[in-house]
Amino acid sequence: MTALVLQAVVSGLLMGLIYALVAAGLSLIFGLMDVVNFAHGEMLMLSMFAVLALHGALHVDALLLLPVVALIMFGGGVAVYRLLIARALSVASNRGMVQIFVTFGLAIFLRGAAQFAFGGEFRSINDGWLSNRTVALGPVFLPLPQVAAGLVCLLAFAGLLALSRTEFGRALEATREDRDAVALIGIDRDRIFAFGWGIGAATVGVAGTMLSTFYYVSPSVGLNFAVIAYVTVALGGFGSMLGALAAGLLIGLVESLTALALEPSLKQVGMFAVYLLVLVSRPRGLFGKI
Amino acid sequence: MLRLEGVSASYRGLKALQGVDVAVEAGEVVAVVGANGAGKSTLLKTIAGQVATEGTITFEGQSLRRLAPHRIARLGVALVPEGRRLFPRLSVEDNLRLGAYARRHDPDRFGPLDLVFELFPRLKERLAQRAETLSGGEQQMLAIGRALMTKPRLLMLDEPSQGIMPKLVDDILAAVTRIRGLGVTVLIVEQRLAEALAIADRAYVLQTGRVVMSGPAAAVAADADVRRAYLGI
Ligand SMILES: Nc1ncnc2c1ncn2[C@@H]1O[C@H](COP(=O)(O)OP(=O)(O)OP(=O)(O)O)[C@@H](O)[C@H]1O
Ligand SMILES: [Mg+2]
Repeated sequence: MTALVLQAVVSGLLMGLIYALVAAGLSLIFGLMDVVNFAHGEMLMLSMFAVLALHGALHVDALLLLPVVALIMFGGGVAVYRLLIARALSVASNRGMVQIFVTFGLAIFLRGAAQFAFGGEFRSINDGWLSNRTVALGPVFLPLPQVAAGLVCLLAFAGLLALSRTEFGRALEATREDRDAVALIGIDRDRIFAFGWGIGAATVGVAGTMLSTFYYVSPSVGLNFAVIAYVTVALGGFGSMLGALAAGLLIGLVESLTALALEPSLKQVGMFAVYLLVLVSRPRGLFGKI
Repeated sequence: MLRLEGVSASYRGLKALQGVDVAVEAGEVVAVVGANGAGKSTLLKTIAGQVATEGTITFEGQSLRRLAPHRIARLGVALVPEGRRLFPRLSVEDNLRLGAYARRHDPDRFGPLDLVFELFPRLKERLAQRAETLSGGEQQMLAIGRALMTKPRLLMLDEPSQGIMPKLVDDILAAVTRIRGLGVTVLIVEQRLAEALAIADRAYVLQTGRVVMSGPAAAVAADADVRRAYLGI
């Protein structure tokens, strides 16, 4: 019994790290420019298909593809900002609505495009380096892909933290504080926004790559993760990286324990219960600034 | 150095500037005075590229019209705006260093820090403090300091004395004189007419978007209409 609970706790936390990293990308973009990216789940899905396609074509392991996919996603994020978001933000009125419909439209387009290119069936990678391997931690058996994913997500968080300490990170923070004032000191906020989207997309790309080593891929895989990401961001506090990490871990844990206590199909009930509880007592989320 | 010819600016069809001609020569301190709503801030924002305009604006021979605000700042035109617009949750040090962010290729990019600390020693004692926790006067010093970090050749100040106690106003105006002594040209908008005209070489008087008078600061200060409108209150 205790072994079962311990197992649920550890695998819940490992999954929570993935949730946290997906949420971090969403939160970064939202915090920077008040844009909710409704295509965030589809970005995750795309990065997973990118791994699948590259793995199939080049027979390179997902772990080695990590930097490649992150780079591709970075470019994709910059392109989305330059081609869509920047234009959507330049409208004279109803900016909030336009921004919602643009990212929502992008989500539908990406899902359709993936369906067209890769078909609708569920796929997975079964011949990776880590596939079907486990490590024993006392009474707990952990699948190696999940362990690796958790570690990589932690590293990615460390990377985000390090980035926030750099001069560029300060410029990001300044842009987020006053997007008009940065121009007064010669900072091109459009460039900062584009970088923000690039980093947000690369972050989700890292999560997607690691997820693809143990999770099925399909055009609609992003939907579920996106819902969890929105809950995680709201729970952790909009724009807070630390909040995303804490909330992601909490949600992973609650989800896993709910599945154990009730039944797997009800695993999200616990998550939404915690969400409501936290938001009633702390409307700004755990680490909310706004 | 700076030349505006027939410059008009409007907010959604509402004219705030109408056919304004202004010239600032290198090394000068030029004051812009006028009643509330006369268009003083709009004039500075126009030069900084924040308001759509008609007419010609040139800085050292280069047209500023249609240039993005950050490009104008990089040319050496710094605006310390109304309300200061600091980054409230960043530290004093971060605010200052960000002023040099766009000059990443300059080997001496943080060089102006010494000058800023010399002008405003209070900032040096508060480097780790968040900008939002500074007093009004200290915030103004930080805003000017941040602008100096861009190594401007033209420094534009919009009502630096606003909401600040008299003692600090004197300090800030003394700093402006020091800055000018270092070869930086200054365009200053001030409500405190007497103080502003005392440190300025020339002045422009704005009224409902038009230049109604200009000339040596002393002459403007002596003018009966200006005295009645401002000094005699
Ligand atoms: N963002 C804006 N939108 C619409 N109208 C504006 C805007 N900013 C200024 N105005 C209008 O333009 C005119 C000039 O304003 P401006 O701020 O330039 O005056 P000012 O001389 O700086 O006044 P003050 O001494 O009160 O600062 C005013 O009638 C003002 O109402
Ligand atoms: Mg004004």
